Amino acid sequence: MSTTPLTPEIVSQEGNAMVLSMGPQHPSTHGVLQIMLEIEGESVVKAEPEIGYLHTGIEKNMENLFWSQGQTNAERMDYLAPSSNALCYALAVEKLLGITDRIPERAQHIRVLLSELTRIASHCVWLGTHGIDLGAISVFFYCFDLRENILDLQEASGGARMHPNYVRVGGLNGDLPAGYVEKLDALIAKFPGRMRELRGLLQANPIFQDRTIDVGTMSAEDAVAWGVTGPALRGSGIAYDVRKAFPYSSYDQFQFDIPTRTEGDAYARFLVRLDEMEESMRIIEQVRKKLDTPGHVAIDDPKIFAPPKETIALSMEALIHHFKIVSEGFRVPPGDVYQAIEGPRGELAYYIVSNGENRPYRVRTRPPSLYNLQCLKGMAPGNLIADLVVMIGSLDPVFGEVDR
Amino acid sequence: MEIGPGQFLLARLDDVARWAQSSSVWPLTMGLACCAIEMMSVTSAEYDIARLGSEVFRSSPRQADLMIVSGRVAQKMAPVVKRLYDQMADPKWVISMGACASSGGIFDNYAVVQGIDTIIPVDVYVPGCPPTPDGLLYAVNLIQQQIREGGRGGILARS
Repeated sequence: MSTTPLTPEIVSQEGNAMVLSMGPQHPSTHGVLQIMLEIEGESVVKAEPEIGYLHTGIEKNMENLFWSQGQTNAERMDYLAPSSNALCYALAVEKLLGITDRIPERAQHIRVLLSELTRIASHCVWLGTHGIDLGAISVFFYCFDLRENILDLQEASGGARMHPNYVRVGGLNGDLPAGYVEKLDALIAKFPGRMRELRGLLQANPIFQDRTIDVGTMSAEDAVAWGVTGPALRGSGIAYDVRKAFPYSSYDQFQFDIPTRTEGDAYARFLVRLDEMEESMRIIEQVRKKLDTPGHVAIDDPKIFAPPKETIALSMEALIHHFKIVSEGFRVPPGDVYQAIEGPRGELAYYIVSNGENRPYRVRTRPPSLYNLQCLKGMAPGNLIADLVVMIGSLDPVFGEVDR
Repeated sequence: MEIGPGQFLLARLDDVARWAQSSSVWPLTMGLACCAIEMMSVTSAEYDIARLGSEVFRSSPRQADLMIVSGRVAQKMAPVVKRLYDQMADPKWVISMGACASSGGIFDNYAVVQGIDTIIPVDVYVPGCPPTPDGLLYAVNLIQQQIREGGRGGILARS
Protein backbone atom coordinates (compact mmCIF):
# COMPACT_ATOMS: atom_id res chain seq x y z
CA MET A 1 0.00 0.00 0.00
CA SER A 2 1.51 3.28 -1.05
CA THR A 3 0.82 6.62 0.56
CA THR A 4 0.21 8.39 -2.73
CA PRO A 5 -2.36 7.55 -5.42
CA LEU A 6 -1.21 5.07 -8.06
CA THR A 7 -1.34 6.02 -11.69
CA PRO A 8 -1.67 3.35 -14.41
CA GLU A 9 1.82 4.10 -15.72
CA ILE A 10 3.45 2.76 -12.58
CA VAL A 11 2.23 -0.80 -13.14
CA SER A 12 4.48 -2.81 -15.43
CA GLN A 13 3.19 -3.77 -18.82
CA GLU A 14 3.80 -7.16 -20.37
CA GLY A 15 2.77 -8.30 -23.82
CA ASN A 16 -0.50 -6.98 -25.25
CA ALA A 17 -2.17 -6.43 -21.93
CA MET A 18 -3.53 -2.97 -21.27
CA VAL A 19 -3.39 -1.50 -17.80
CA LEU A 20 -6.60 0.12 -16.60
CA SER A 21 -7.11 1.88 -13.30
CA MET A 22 -10.58 1.15 -11.93
CA GLY A 23 -11.30 3.63 -9.18
CA PRO A 24 -10.77 5.21 -6.70
CA GLN A 25 -13.72 7.23 -8.00
CA HIS A 26 -15.84 4.56 -9.65
CA PRO A 27 -19.56 4.06 -9.03
CA SER A 28 -19.31 0.32 -8.45
CA THR A 29 -16.27 0.09 -6.21
CA HIS A 30 -18.47 0.94 -3.21
CA GLY A 31 -16.28 3.69 -1.96
CA VAL A 32 -12.66 4.37 -2.70
CA LEU A 33 -11.17 1.08 -3.85
CA GLN A 34 -8.71 1.25 -6.70
CA ILE A 35 -8.07 -1.86 -8.75
CA MET A 36 -5.18 -1.93 -11.17
CA LEU A 37 -6.48 -4.14 -13.91
CA GLU A 38 -4.38 -5.78 -16.54
CA ILE A 39 -6.81 -6.61 -19.31
CA GLU A 40 -6.84 -8.29 -22.66
CA GLY A 41 -9.96 -7.08 -24.41
CA GLU A 42 -12.74 -7.45 -21.89
CA SER A 43 -11.20 -10.14 -19.73
CA VAL A 44 -9.10 -9.56 -16.69
CA VAL A 45 -5.59 -11.00 -16.66
CA LYS A 46 -4.52 -9.63 -13.32
CA ALA A 47 -6.26 -7.55 -10.67
CA GLU A 48 -4.30 -5.70 -8.05
CA PRO A 49 -6.49 -4.01 -5.41
CA GLU A 50 -4.99 -0.81 -3.99
CA ILE A 51 -6.41 0.36 -0.70
CA GLY A 52 -5.72 3.25 1.65
CA TYR A 53 -7.71 6.01 0.01
CA LEU A 54 -9.77 6.41 3.16
CA HIS A 55 -7.03 5.92 5.71
CA THR A 56 -8.20 8.00 8.63
CA GLY A 57 -5.78 7.06 11.38
CA ILE A 58 -8.64 6.00 13.65
CA GLU A 59 -6.60 3.44 15.57
CA LYS A 60 -3.92 6.03 16.32
CA ASN A 61 -6.57 8.58 17.26
CA MET A 62 -8.00 6.20 19.84
CA GLU A 63 -4.71 6.10 21.72
CA ASN A 64 -5.18 9.78 22.55
CA LEU A 65 -8.79 9.54 23.64
CA PHE A 66 -10.47 8.39 26.86
CA TRP A 67 -11.84 4.86 26.80
CA SER A 68 -15.35 6.22 26.42
CA GLN A 69 -14.40 8.68 23.67
CA GLY A 70 -12.70 6.02 21.57
CA GLN A 71 -16.07 4.53 20.90
CA THR A 72 -17.13 7.59 18.92
CA ASN A 73 -14.29 6.85 16.53
CA ALA A 74 -15.06 3.13 16.45
CA GLU A 75 -18.54 3.86 15.15
CA ARG A 76 -17.08 5.68 12.19
CA MET A 77 -15.06 2.70 10.98
CA ASP A 78 -17.79 0.49 9.59
CA TYR A 79 -20.27 3.25 8.93
CA LEU A 80 -22.96 0.87 7.73
CA ALA A 81 -23.01 -0.88 11.09
CA PRO A 82 -22.08 1.70 13.75
CA SER A 83 -23.84 -0.08 16.60
CA SER A 84 -21.98 -3.35 15.91
CA ASN A 85 -18.66 -1.53 16.14
CA ALA A 86 -19.70 0.27 19.31
CA LEU A 87 -20.89 -3.00 20.82
CA CYS A 88 -17.66 -4.83 20.00
CA TYR A 89 -15.52 -2.06 21.46
CA ALA A 90 -17.68 -1.85 24.57
CA LEU A 91 -17.57 -5.64 25.07
CA ALA A 92 -13.79 -5.62 24.74
CA VAL A 93 -13.34 -2.85 27.30
CA GLU A 94 -15.85 -4.51 29.62
CA LYS A 95 -13.87 -7.75 29.39
CA LEU A 96 -10.69 -5.87 30.39
CA LEU A 97 -12.54 -4.24 33.27
CA GLY A 98 -13.92 -7.63 34.32
CA ILE A 99 -17.52 -6.42 34.41
CA THR A 100 -18.95 -8.59 31.62
CA ASP A 101 -21.23 -10.45 34.02
CA ARG A 102 -22.51 -7.29 35.70
CA ILE A 103 -24.19 -5.72 32.67
CA PRO A 104 -27.97 -5.69 33.35
CA GLU A 105 -30.06 -8.15 31.36
CA ARG A 106 -32.23 -5.48 29.74
CA ALA A 107 -29.12 -3.75 28.40
CA GLN A 108 -27.91 -7.08 26.97
CA HIS A 109 -31.22 -7.61 25.17
CA ILE A 110 -31.30 -4.09 23.76
CA ARG A 111 -27.73 -4.55 22.54
CA VAL A 112 -28.80 -7.68 20.68
CA LEU A 113 -31.74 -5.76 19.25
CA LEU A 114 -29.49 -2.94 18.05
CA SER A 115 -26.94 -5.21 16.40
CA GLU A 116 -29.65 -7.12 14.55
CA LEU A 117 -31.34 -3.90 13.41
CA THR A 118 -27.96 -2.70 12.18
CA ARG A 119 -27.45 -5.96 10.32
CA ILE A 120 -30.72 -5.49 8.44
CA ALA A 121 -29.93 -1.83 7.71
CA SER A 122 -26.46 -2.73 6.44
CA HIS A 123 -27.76 -5.53 4.23
CA CYS A 124 -30.33 -3.05 2.87
CA VAL A 125 -27.54 -0.77 1.66
CA TRP A 126 -25.65 -3.77 0.25
CA LEU A 127 -28.70 -5.07 -1.63
CA GLY A 128 -29.66 -1.63 -2.94
CA THR A 129 -26.19 -0.85 -4.27
CA HIS A 130 -25.68 -4.39 -5.58
CA GLY A 131 -28.91 -3.96 -7.51
CA ILE A 132 -27.78 -0.63 -8.95
CA ASP A 133 -24.45 -2.18 -10.02
CA LEU A 134 -26.39 -4.76 -12.01
CA GLY A 135 -28.85 -2.25 -13.45
CA ALA A 136 -31.82 -2.98 -11.18
CA ILE A 137 -32.56 0.49 -9.84
CA SER A 138 -35.94 -0.12 -8.20
CA VAL A 139 -34.46 -2.46 -5.56
CA PHE A 140 -32.55 0.52 -4.21
CA PHE A 141 -35.74 2.43 -3.41
CA TYR A 142 -37.37 -0.52 -1.62
CA CYS A 143 -34.20 -1.15 0.39
CA PHE A 144 -33.66 2.44 1.42
CA ASP A 145 -37.29 2.77 2.46
CA LEU A 146 -36.83 -0.16 4.84
CA ARG A 147 -33.51 1.26 6.03
CA GLU A 148 -35.18 4.59 6.72
CA ASN A 149 -37.48 2.90 9.27
CA ILE A 150 -34.44 1.48 11.06
CA LEU A 151 -32.66 4.84 11.01
CA ASP A 152 -35.77 6.35 12.62
CA LEU A 153 -35.40 3.86 15.45
CA GLN A 154 -31.70 4.70 15.78
CA GLU A 155 -32.51 8.39 15.88
CA ALA A 156 -35.11 7.80 18.58
CA SER A 157 -32.74 5.82 20.79
CA GLY A 158 -29.43 7.59 20.28
CA GLY A 159 -30.30 10.99 18.85
CA ALA A 160 -28.49 10.58 15.52
CA ARG A 161 -29.49 8.75 12.39
CA MET A 162 -26.23 7.05 11.57
CA HIS A 163 -23.84 7.27 14.51
CA PRO A 164 -26.07 7.09 17.58
CA ASN A 165 -23.33 6.20 20.11
CA TYR A 166 -26.05 4.55 22.16
CA VAL A 167 -24.12 1.50 23.31
CA ARG A 168 -21.64 2.55 26.00
CA VAL A 169 -19.03 0.82 28.11
CA GLY A 170 -21.06 -0.47 31.05
CA GLY A 171 -24.46 -0.49 29.41
CA LEU A 172 -26.51 1.91 27.35
CA ASN A 173 -26.94 5.64 27.31
CA GLY A 174 -30.38 5.68 28.93
CA ASP A 175 -33.43 3.51 28.45
CA LEU A 176 -35.40 3.28 25.23
CA PRO A 177 -37.52 6.42 24.77
CA ALA A 178 -41.32 6.47 24.85
CA GLY A 179 -42.82 5.37 21.56
CA TYR A 180 -39.81 3.28 20.52
CA VAL A 181 -41.50 -0.08 21.02
CA GLU A 182 -44.52 0.99 18.96
CA LYS A 183 -42.23 1.99 16.09
CA LEU A 184 -40.44 -1.34 16.42
CA ASP A 185 -43.78 -3.16 16.24
CA ALA A 186 -44.62 -1.29 13.07
CA LEU A 187 -41.28 -2.33 11.56
CA ILE A 188 -41.83 -5.96 12.56
CA ALA A 189 -45.27 -5.86 10.89
CA LYS A 190 -43.92 -4.27 7.72
CA PHE A 191 -40.85 -6.49 7.32
CA PRO A 192 -42.24 -9.78 5.88
CA GLY A 193 -44.09 -8.00 3.09
CA ARG A 194 -41.05 -5.94 2.19
CA MET A 195 -38.84 -9.05 2.10
CA ARG A 196 -41.32 -10.73 -0.25
CA GLU A 197 -41.08 -7.69 -2.53
CA LEU A 198 -37.27 -7.72 -2.47
CA ARG A 199 -37.13 -11.43 -3.22
CA GLY A 200 -39.73 -10.99 -5.93
CA LEU A 201 -37.64 -8.32 -7.63
CA LEU A 202 -34.38 -10.25 -7.76
CA GLN A 203 -34.37 -13.85 -6.64
CA ALA A 204 -36.03 -15.41 -9.69
CA ASN A 205 -35.04 -12.60 -12.06
CA PRO A 206 -33.30 -14.30 -15.03
CA ILE A 207 -31.03 -11.29 -15.70
CA PHE A 208 -29.93 -11.17 -12.09
CA GLN A 209 -29.34 -14.93 -12.06
CA ASP A 210 -27.34 -14.77 -15.29
CA ARG A 211 -25.13 -12.08 -13.81
CA THR A 212 -24.52 -13.76 -10.45
CA ILE A 213 -24.70 -17.56 -10.79
CA ASP A 214 -21.21 -19.10 -11.17
CA VAL A 215 -19.61 -15.66 -10.88
CA GLY A 216 -16.94 -15.08 -8.24
CA THR A 217 -16.94 -18.69 -7.11
CA MET A 218 -14.93 -19.37 -3.97
CA SER A 219 -14.31 -22.84 -2.61
CA ALA A 220 -14.60 -23.51 1.10
CA GLU A 221 -10.83 -24.20 1.33
CA ASP A 222 -9.96 -20.92 -0.36
CA ALA A 223 -12.38 -19.01 1.83
CA VAL A 224 -10.81 -20.42 4.99
CA ALA A 225 -7.30 -19.87 3.65
CA TRP A 226 -8.01 -16.21 2.91
CA GLY A 227 -9.59 -15.63 6.32
CA VAL A 228 -12.96 -14.82 4.83
CA THR A 229 -15.81 -14.59 7.35
CA GLY A 230 -19.47 -13.66 7.43
CA PRO A 231 -21.96 -14.20 4.60
CA ALA A 232 -19.12 -14.69 2.11
CA LEU A 233 -17.84 -17.70 4.11
CA ARG A 234 -21.33 -19.08 4.73
CA GLY A 235 -22.06 -18.82 1.02
CA SER A 236 -19.21 -21.28 0.51
CA GLY A 237 -20.74 -23.82 2.85
CA ILE A 238 -19.06 -23.24 6.20
CA ALA A 239 -21.50 -22.49 8.99
CA TYR A 240 -19.22 -20.33 11.12
CA ASP A 241 -20.98 -17.55 12.99
CA VAL A 242 -19.49 -15.83 16.04
CA ARG A 243 -22.97 -15.51 17.52
CA LYS A 244 -23.12 -19.31 17.80
CA ALA A 245 -19.44 -20.16 18.13
CA PHE A 246 -18.57 -17.64 20.87
CA PRO A 247 -21.88 -16.21 22.09
CA TYR A 248 -21.77 -12.69 23.51
CA SER A 249 -24.39 -10.38 25.09
CA SER A 250 -27.51 -12.51 25.42
CA TYR A 251 -27.44 -14.30 22.07
CA ASP A 252 -27.48 -17.70 23.78
CA GLN A 253 -31.04 -16.99 24.94
CA PHE A 254 -32.47 -16.63 21.44
CA GLN A 255 -33.28 -19.19 18.78
CA PHE A 256 -31.96 -18.61 15.28
CA ASP A 257 -30.40 -20.56 12.43
CA ILE A 258 -27.27 -19.89 10.41
CA PRO A 259 -28.21 -19.81 6.74
CA THR A 260 -25.59 -21.46 4.52
CA ARG A 261 -25.25 -22.33 0.83
CA THR A 262 -22.70 -24.59 -0.79
CA GLU A 263 -22.36 -23.03 -4.27
CA GLY A 264 -19.91 -20.31 -3.18
CA ASP A 265 -20.84 -17.92 -5.99
CA ALA A 266 -22.26 -14.39 -5.90
CA TYR A 267 -25.82 -15.73 -6.06
CA ALA A 268 -25.22 -17.94 -3.03
CA ARG A 269 -23.91 -14.96 -1.06
CA PHE A 270 -26.98 -13.00 -2.14
CA LEU A 271 -29.32 -15.74 -0.85
CA VAL A 272 -27.38 -16.10 2.39
CA ARG A 273 -27.70 -12.39 3.11
CA LEU A 274 -31.42 -12.35 2.37
CA ASP A 275 -31.95 -15.36 4.67
CA GLU A 276 -29.84 -13.61 7.30
CA MET A 277 -32.12 -10.59 7.23
CA GLU A 278 -35.06 -12.87 7.99
CA GLU A 279 -33.15 -14.62 10.77
CA SER A 280 -32.29 -11.21 12.24
CA MET A 281 -35.95 -10.32 12.27
CA ARG A 282 -36.64 -13.62 14.05
CA ILE A 283 -34.23 -12.56 16.80
CA ILE A 284 -35.75 -9.08 16.93
CA GLU A 285 -39.23 -10.57 17.45
CA GLN A 286 -37.90 -12.61 20.36
CA VAL A 287 -36.17 -9.59 21.89
CA ARG A 288 -39.34 -7.54 21.47
CA LYS A 289 -41.20 -9.91 23.84
CA LYS A 290 -38.58 -9.28 26.52
CA LEU A 291 -38.64 -5.50 26.18
CA ASP A 292 -41.86 -5.21 28.23
CA THR A 293 -39.95 -6.16 31.37
CA PRO A 294 -38.49 -2.95 32.83
CA GLY A 295 -35.00 -2.93 34.31
CA HIS A 296 -31.73 -1.10 34.56
CA VAL A 297 -29.80 -0.46 31.35
CA ALA A 298 -26.41 0.42 32.80
CA ILE A 299 -24.03 -1.02 35.35
CA ASP A 300 -24.45 0.29 38.88
CA ASP A 301 -20.85 1.40 39.37
CA PRO A 302 -20.25 5.16 39.48
CA LYS A 303 -16.51 4.65 38.93
CA ILE A 304 -17.20 3.38 35.40
CA PHE A 305 -20.58 4.72 34.37
CA ALA A 306 -21.60 8.26 35.33
CA PRO A 307 -24.62 8.42 37.65
CA PRO A 308 -27.90 9.72 36.18
CA LYS A 309 -27.82 13.45 35.56
CA GLU A 310 -30.88 14.15 37.74
CA THR A 311 -29.03 12.85 40.84
CA ILE A 312 -26.17 15.29 40.43
CA ALA A 313 -28.01 18.23 41.95
CA LEU A 314 -29.08 16.14 44.94
CA SER A 315 -26.00 14.15 45.89
CA MET A 316 -22.47 15.38 46.51
CA GLU A 317 -21.02 11.95 45.69
CA ALA A 318 -22.89 11.74 42.43
CA LEU A 319 -21.53 15.16 41.48
CA ILE A 320 -17.96 14.10 42.23
CA HIS A 321 -18.32 10.83 40.31
CA HIS A 322 -19.85 12.62 37.35
CA PHE A 323 -17.05 15.20 37.36
CA LYS A 324 -14.38 12.50 37.53
CA ILE A 325 -15.90 10.48 34.67
CA VAL A 326 -16.28 13.55 32.46
CA SER A 327 -12.91 15.16 33.20
CA GLU A 328 -10.58 12.16 33.31
CA GLY A 329 -12.62 9.08 32.41
CA PHE A 330 -12.07 5.73 34.05
CA ARG A 331 -8.95 3.61 34.31
CA VAL A 332 -8.69 0.09 32.96
CA PRO A 333 -6.41 -2.53 34.56
CA PRO A 334 -3.32 -3.47 32.50
CA GLY A 335 -3.72 -6.36 30.11
CA ASP A 336 -4.85 -7.21 26.62
CA VAL A 337 -8.05 -8.62 25.22
CA TYR A 338 -9.46 -9.95 21.96
CA GLN A 339 -13.20 -9.65 21.53
CA ALA A 340 -15.02 -10.73 18.38
CA ILE A 341 -18.62 -10.28 17.35
CA GLU A 342 -20.54 -11.17 14.22
CA GLY A 343 -20.87 -7.94 12.28
CA PRO A 344 -22.93 -7.71 9.11
CA ARG A 345 -19.81 -8.45 7.05
CA GLY A 346 -18.24 -11.12 9.23
CA GLU A 347 -16.04 -11.48 12.27
CA LEU A 348 -15.51 -7.98 13.57
CA ALA A 349 -13.03 -7.87 16.41
CA TYR A 350 -11.03 -5.53 18.60
CA TYR A 351 -7.70 -6.35 20.16
CA ILE A 352 -7.04 -3.83 22.90
CA VAL A 353 -3.98 -3.37 25.07
CA SER A 354 -4.20 -1.37 28.28
CA ASN A 355 -1.33 -0.18 30.45
CA GLY A 356 -3.57 0.92 33.29
CA GLU A 357 -4.14 4.46 32.06
CA ASN A 358 -7.38 6.24 31.25
CA ARG A 359 -6.56 5.83 27.56
CA PRO A 360 -5.90 2.66 25.55
CA TYR A 361 -2.26 1.82 24.83
CA ARG A 362 -3.14 0.26 21.50
CA VAL A 363 -6.36 -0.57 19.70
CA ARG A 364 -6.27 -2.94 16.77
CA THR A 365 -9.34 -3.73 14.71
CA ARG A 366 -9.96 -6.89 12.75
CA PRO A 367 -12.15 -5.50 10.00
CA PRO A 368 -14.02 -8.30 8.17
CA SER A 369 -14.10 -6.29 4.92
CA LEU A 370 -10.31 -6.21 4.59
CA TYR A 371 -10.00 -10.00 4.83
CA ASN A 372 -12.98 -10.59 2.57
CA LEU A 373 -11.58 -8.20 -0.02
CA GLN A 374 -8.28 -10.10 -0.20
CA CYS A 375 -9.81 -12.94 -2.17
CA LEU A 376 -10.68 -10.57 -5.04
CA LYS A 377 -7.14 -10.94 -6.34
CA GLY A 378 -7.57 -14.67 -6.78
CA MET A 379 -11.15 -14.49 -7.99
CA ALA A 380 -10.91 -11.90 -10.74
CA PRO A 381 -8.39 -13.27 -13.32
CA GLY A 382 -10.04 -14.94 -16.30
CA ASN A 383 -13.35 -13.14 -15.82
CA LEU A 384 -14.91 -10.15 -17.54
CA ILE A 385 -14.66 -6.63 -16.14
CA ALA A 386 -18.45 -6.63 -15.77
CA ASP A 387 -18.18 -9.70 -13.54
CA LEU A 388 -15.60 -7.96 -11.40
CA VAL A 389 -18.31 -5.44 -10.47
CA VAL A 390 -20.51 -8.32 -9.30
CA MET A 391 -17.65 -9.78 -7.26
CA ILE A 392 -16.94 -6.54 -5.45
CA GLY A 393 -20.64 -6.06 -4.78
CA SER A 394 -21.14 -9.57 -3.46
CA LEU A 395 -18.23 -9.24 -1.02
CA ASP A 396 -19.80 -6.05 0.38
CA PRO A 397 -16.66 -4.18 1.49
CA VAL A 398 -16.89 -0.97 3.50
CA PHE A 399 -13.81 1.16 3.06
CA GLY A 400 -14.14 2.95 6.34
CA GLU A 401 -13.08 -0.27 8.04
CA VAL A 402 -10.75 -1.56 5.32
CA ASP A 403 -8.57 1.54 5.51
CA ARG A 404 -9.46 2.74 9.03
CA MET B 1 -51.24 31.10 -17.44
CA GLU B 2 -51.98 30.66 -21.10
CA ILE B 3 -50.36 32.66 -23.85
CA GLY B 4 -52.89 33.49 -26.56
CA PRO B 5 -52.27 34.60 -30.13
CA GLY B 6 -50.56 37.96 -30.37
CA GLN B 7 -49.26 37.78 -26.77
CA PHE B 8 -45.66 37.20 -25.81
CA LEU B 9 -43.36 36.99 -22.79
CA LEU B 10 -40.26 39.05 -22.18
CA ALA B 11 -37.26 37.86 -20.20
CA ARG B 12 -33.55 38.40 -20.00
CA LEU B 13 -31.61 35.58 -21.64
CA ASP B 14 -29.35 35.37 -18.59
CA ASP B 15 -32.33 34.78 -16.29
CA VAL B 16 -33.75 32.03 -18.46
CA ALA B 17 -30.36 30.34 -18.75
CA ARG B 18 -29.77 30.57 -15.00
CA TRP B 19 -33.24 29.20 -14.27
CA ALA B 20 -32.55 26.25 -16.54
CA GLN B 21 -29.06 25.76 -15.14
CA SER B 22 -30.18 25.91 -11.53
CA SER B 23 -32.89 23.31 -12.14
CA SER B 24 -30.50 20.71 -13.49
CA VAL B 25 -27.49 20.66 -11.19
CA TRP B 26 -26.03 17.21 -11.76
CA PRO B 27 -23.81 15.93 -8.97
CA LEU B 28 -20.72 13.79 -9.40
CA THR B 29 -20.94 10.21 -8.10
CA MET B 30 -18.12 10.42 -5.59
CA GLY B 31 -18.77 8.70 -2.28
CA LEU B 32 -16.00 8.88 0.28
CA ALA B 33 -17.20 7.83 3.73
CA CYS B 34 -20.20 7.86 6.05
CA CYS B 35 -21.70 10.97 4.43
CA ALA B 36 -21.89 9.11 1.12
CA ILE B 37 -24.56 6.86 2.59
CA GLU B 38 -26.62 9.89 3.53
CA MET B 39 -25.94 11.25 0.05
CA MET B 40 -27.50 8.05 -1.28
CA SER B 41 -30.45 8.47 1.07
CA VAL B 42 -31.10 11.81 -0.57
CA THR B 43 -31.94 10.04 -3.82
CA SER B 44 -34.27 7.58 -2.09
CA ALA B 45 -38.04 7.85 -2.12
CA GLU B 46 -38.16 9.47 1.32
CA TYR B 47 -36.15 12.59 0.41
CA ASP B 48 -36.20 12.48 -3.38
CA ILE B 49 -33.65 14.96 -4.68
CA ALA B 50 -35.36 14.60 -8.08
CA ARG B 51 -37.68 17.37 -6.90
CA LEU B 52 -34.73 19.74 -7.31
CA GLY B 53 -33.64 18.27 -10.63
CA SER B 54 -30.42 16.88 -9.18
CA GLU B 55 -31.12 13.15 -9.19
CA VAL B 56 -28.86 12.49 -12.18
CA PHE B 57 -25.66 11.43 -10.47
CA ARG B 58 -22.97 11.36 -13.15
CA SER B 59 -20.05 9.02 -12.87
CA SER B 60 -17.82 11.07 -15.15
CA PRO B 61 -16.57 14.42 -13.85
CA ARG B 62 -16.89 15.82 -17.37
CA GLN B 63 -20.68 15.56 -17.19
CA ALA B 64 -21.11 16.84 -13.64
CA ASP B 65 -21.86 20.36 -12.37
CA LEU B 66 -21.68 19.75 -8.66
CA MET B 67 -19.13 17.97 -6.54
CA ILE B 68 -20.43 16.77 -3.19
CA VAL B 69 -17.40 15.96 -1.07
CA SER B 70 -19.09 13.43 1.17
CA GLY B 71 -16.80 12.44 3.97
CA ARG B 72 -13.27 12.58 5.26
CA VAL B 73 -10.60 13.19 2.64
CA ALA B 74 -7.46 11.20 3.38
CA GLN B 75 -4.09 12.62 2.35
CA LYS B 76 -3.90 9.90 -0.28
CA MET B 77 -7.31 10.79 -1.70
CA ALA B 78 -6.71 14.54 -1.78
CA PRO B 79 -4.82 14.57 -5.13
CA VAL B 80 -7.60 12.47 -6.64
CA VAL B 81 -10.29 14.90 -5.43
CA LYS B 82 -8.32 17.83 -6.81
CA ARG B 83 -7.89 16.07 -10.14
CA LEU B 84 -11.60 15.27 -10.39
CA TYR B 85 -12.44 18.89 -9.63
CA ASP B 86 -10.05 20.05 -12.35
CA GLN B 87 -11.68 17.63 -14.81
CA MET B 88 -15.16 19.08 -14.24
CA ALA B 89 -16.27 21.58 -16.85
CA ASP B 90 -17.01 25.19 -15.85
CA PRO B 91 -19.28 26.40 -14.32
CA LYS B 92 -18.95 24.07 -11.34
CA TRP B 93 -19.94 24.10 -7.71
CA VAL B 94 -18.74 22.29 -4.60
CA ILE B 95 -20.61 21.24 -1.47
CA SER B 96 -18.49 20.27 1.49
CA MET B 97 -20.69 17.72 3.22
CA GLY B 98 -20.14 17.06 6.90
CA ALA B 99 -17.68 18.01 9.58
CA CYS B 100 -14.76 15.97 8.17
CA ALA B 101 -14.85 17.49 4.71
CA SER B 102 -15.33 20.99 6.14
CA SER B 103 -12.69 20.97 8.86
CA GLY B 104 -11.31 17.49 9.46
CA GLY B 105 -14.00 16.88 12.06
CA ILE B 106 -13.04 14.62 14.93
CA PHE B 107 -10.01 13.36 12.99
CA ASP B 108 -7.36 15.92 13.81
CA ASN B 109 -4.38 13.77 12.82
CA TYR B 110 -1.74 12.96 10.24
CA ALA B 111 -4.06 11.16 7.83
CA VAL B 112 -6.98 13.50 7.16
CA VAL B 113 -7.01 16.75 5.19
CA GLN B 114 -8.15 19.45 7.62
CA GLY B 115 -10.88 20.89 5.43
CA ILE B 116 -11.13 20.44 1.68
CA ASP B 117 -11.18 24.20 1.20
CA THR B 118 -7.41 23.91 1.49
CA ILE B 119 -7.35 22.16 -1.90
CA ILE B 120 -10.50 23.21 -3.80
CA PRO B 121 -12.90 26.19 -3.50
CA VAL B 122 -16.10 25.41 -1.59
CA ASP B 123 -19.48 27.09 -2.13
CA VAL B 124 -21.62 25.59 0.63
CA TYR B 125 -20.63 23.85 3.85
CA VAL B 126 -23.08 21.43 5.46
CA PRO B 127 -22.59 20.82 9.20
CA GLY B 128 -23.26 17.47 10.85
CA CYS B 129 -21.65 14.10 11.39
CA PRO B 130 -23.11 13.02 9.07
CA PRO B 131 -25.56 15.77 8.05
CA THR B 132 -29.16 14.67 7.66
CA PRO B 133 -30.42 14.31 4.08
CA ASP B 134 -32.55 17.41 4.75
CA GLY B 135 -29.32 19.30 5.38
CA LEU B 136 -27.91 18.23 2.04
CA LEU B 137 -31.15 19.15 0.26
CA TYR B 138 -30.94 22.61 1.80
CA ALA B 139 -27.36 22.91 0.57
CA VAL B 140 -28.47 22.08 -2.97
CA ASN B 141 -31.16 24.73 -2.56
CA LEU B 142 -28.48 27.25 -1.62
CA ILE B 143 -26.44 26.29 -4.69
CA GLN B 144 -29.53 26.86 -6.86
CA GLN B 145 -30.04 30.24 -5.23
CA GLN B 146 -26.41 31.15 -5.92
CA ILE B 147 -26.81 30.18 -9.57
CA ARG B 148 -30.01 32.20 -9.98
CA GLU B 149 -28.36 35.22 -8.40
CA GLY B 150 -25.42 35.11 -10.77
CA GLY B 151 -23.12 32.74 -8.97
CA ARG B 152 -19.38 32.79 -9.34
CA GLY B 153 -17.07 31.69 -12.14
CA GLY B 154 -18.15 30.23 -15.43
CA ILE B 155 -19.63 31.75 -18.58
CA LEU B 156 -23.07 32.55 -17.22
CA ALA B 157 -22.02 34.46 -14.16
CA ARG B 158 -21.31 37.81 -15.77
CA SER B 159 -23.17 40.18 -13.48
